[in-house]
Amino acid sequence: MDIQFFKLMKSFSEIDTTVKRASKAMGFSWGVSEEIGKSITLLEMFGIPGVRTINSYFKIYDKQKFKNIDLISKSNSSSLPYCPVSAGVNFLNQISHMEEINNISINNVAFPILLLPFISRASYISGKKILFKIDEKNFLLNFNQSVYSNYSDRNILEKSNIINISFLDNVNLFTENEWKELYKLSENTFVEESEELKKVGAGAGLTDND
Amino acid sequence: MQVQLREPKTIMKLSKLGSFHQSKLSFLRSFLNEFKDWKYSKDLFDIDEHGFGRAVYSFSKKNKTYSLVCFANKIHDDERSDRVIATKWDAAFALYDGRPTKLDLDRLSKNVPKQEVGRVSYKELSLSRANKSLRVFDHVVESLSNGKQPDKKILFDVGYLYRTTAVYGSGKFGLADRFRIKNRSEINGPFRLEMMLVYLVRQFTFDQVNHIAKNKNPKKAIELDTEISRNLGIGNSTGLGMAPFIVNHPTLLNNWILARETVLKKIREIKNVENDEIELFKNCLKKSLKNISSWTTESNFQLNKINNLKSDLEKFSKHLNNNLDIKIEFLFNEIYKWAEANLKDECIEYIVSLMMEPYDEIVNPMISKMSSEEEKYFDIPTKRTIQDLRNILEKNYSDILKIDFSTKQSNQNFWFISKNKEEPRLADRYLQKGSELEQPLAIARDIKKLYEKISNEKNSSTVGMFLVHNNDLRHIVRRAFIIENFPYSEIQDNIIGSKLIPIDMLRLKLSFFGANKFDPRSDKWLRICMFQGAPLPNELDSFNDQWIYNSLN
Repeated sequence: MDIQFFKLMKSFSEIDTTVKRASKAMGFSWGVSEEIGKSITLLEMFGIPGVRTINSYFKIYDKQKFKNIDLISKSNSSSLPYCPVSAGVNFLNQISHMEEINNISINNVAFPILLLPFISRASYISGKKILFKIDEKNFLLNFNQSVYSNYSDRNILEKSNIINISFLDNVNLFTENEWKELYKLSENTFVEESEELKKVGAGAGLTDND
Repeated sequence: MQVQLREPKTIMKLSKLGSFHQSKLSFLRSFLNEFKDWKYSKDLFDIDEHGFGRAVYSFSKKNKTYSLVCFANKIHDDERSDRVIATKWDAAFALYDGRPTKLDLDRLSKNVPKQEVGRVSYKELSLSRANKSLRVFDHVVESLSNGKQPDKKILFDVGYLYRTTAVYGSGKFGLADRFRIKNRSEINGPFRLEMMLVYLVRQFTFDQVNHIAKNKNPKKAIELDTEISRNLGIGNSTGLGMAPFIVNHPTLLNNWILARETVLKKIREIKNVENDEIELFKNCLKKSLKNISSWTTESNFQLNKINNLKSDLEKFSKHLNNNLDIKIEFLFNEIYKWAEANLKDECIEYIVSLMMEPYDEIVNPMISKMSSEEEKYFDIPTKRTIQDLRNILEKNYSDILKIDFSTKQSNQNFWFISKNKEEPRLADRYLQKGSELEQPLAIARDIKKLYEKISNEKNSSTVGMFLVHNNDLRHIVRRAFIIENFPYSEIQDNIIGSKLIPIDMLRLKLSFFGANKFDPRSDKWLRICMFQGAPLPNELDSFNDQWIYNSLN
């Protein structure tokens, strides 16, 4: 079983390189191909089927028409499915504008999971968590460190009706009271100082006017 | 006194980079220092009378172990080739993370000898293969089996029993990705695992040759003399596959060069050079004059370089001994300035390496800064303005921007990936097919193209908006923002031009590995030697740090 397992494994470095080259072969520029390589590797690291999805997308990329999204606005829709790569790359290009808009919707994106890693990177760049919704599937993107989702299906999503992207305010997920309770517990690790210790324990502050 | 770092525009020219030599910063020397307190052992030596079979060697410390797994194979002479297109080798190796089980060895035995067409796993850290230098190997077996030590002349003309033809790492063919191991302090420096593999392979070659001789003539055979063993290294044949690495890893390249330049600057700023420091420097210089005499090559290009180096070193030696007052302040700054004014690049850079020898306290802190977290610098700061981008290009690529890319000569070559071996290659754009599949390595040409393209853009526009309509230049915009913070990240030459000498790119990288005896076999590949003169594994707890100058002395 071990031998079989090892046989199947591809390293992330191999995935990055191969996806980058395949993307170039599909007609993307080298710079965009680098972005796709990184993005698919990221999906795989998050346990999301990136290689399978990009492979499926490339199989129909030349046969069907997709719309490139250039300038992204608050609400974006098209009768032709949007290219997820173009949407992702241009989301990063316009990241400051995207933050200002805050809530963005994009109708009709092909292979929408391919957009996710770009938005995940946007979460890191902006320093804000992002809620990424593909129809009823929610993905909470945490500064490009992790993805929390109610969706765990490994099937390939070929299209979406609507994608919503919301930058979330940096707020705590707990109440002030919950914090106080926890802090109170942490105080049990502190040592009560004697008057003498209060004077010398810090090791500084006694002769600061010299 | 404050000395400025040398200008990237000067240092990053290929002719300069192609004149670099090994130094205390080189990875194989750092590796030996970092592993001197690790326990070395030969864990398995299941080799038959002809030298075929498997062996395992390891370094361990506390609960950590790295093991070299060796497979020695029988191949016909006509199957032996150093070219990457070869499919069989005298021996194949994998560096294993931990101690391999019997199951691991069986799995590896089915894959490691196949190299590129086999599959390895994240438990393997590096992969390599090597061929015998038949003339030397057979001579050593013959001599030892007859109770005699081999002829040193024959040995040291070559310098090794085996030469590797590729050493792979970082995720290739299923090997462990760098992210899995990057936080291990003992292998944090660049290429430490590859150095470990090559070093242990060297010991395997000695054990194998002794074993064959013993089996050939059990009564009369003797073992290879320790001193002779120490003066043998491991050869390496290196082709163009290595060249694009330094273009594809800009922040790493910066950190290597910046370490070297920072060390040089600090040494030049030393006011009072102690007697023992200048004596060590002089001693290494003296040994170098003898050592360099053993560097042989059939390449006129390299022969010329070696001869220039020898005559320049002699000239410098005379100056140092006859004209220079070694008691003066800022002695090494004076030496450097004199070298720049009187010597060629090959010798200037050799002296820079020599100057590092007495100064562990300056060199060692820089060794830990030679790696790079490259992923951190991937994102393009799209909020920045076109004015920012223009300033970066004008400041960091001023010589590149002067190149006329409308001429045929400036566009003569293109880099591509060979379908046959998936390795980088170079071809003439006007004579060969395939330039439409060119790799994004024509940095100088694309920088110039970017500069021309943004000349019509508004200064206040953002880079992001520029990229919306110019994604064909995305790869080069990324680089421009890297060089802003990493001034030594870019070769300041046109690597698709007709005047390109590709082995300059190889020499740069190999000098940081710690290789010497550069022997170009054409302008596109060369042979080198690693670890010649290095302590043997059982001598690692105590050895002379200047061992590299001791070989053949």
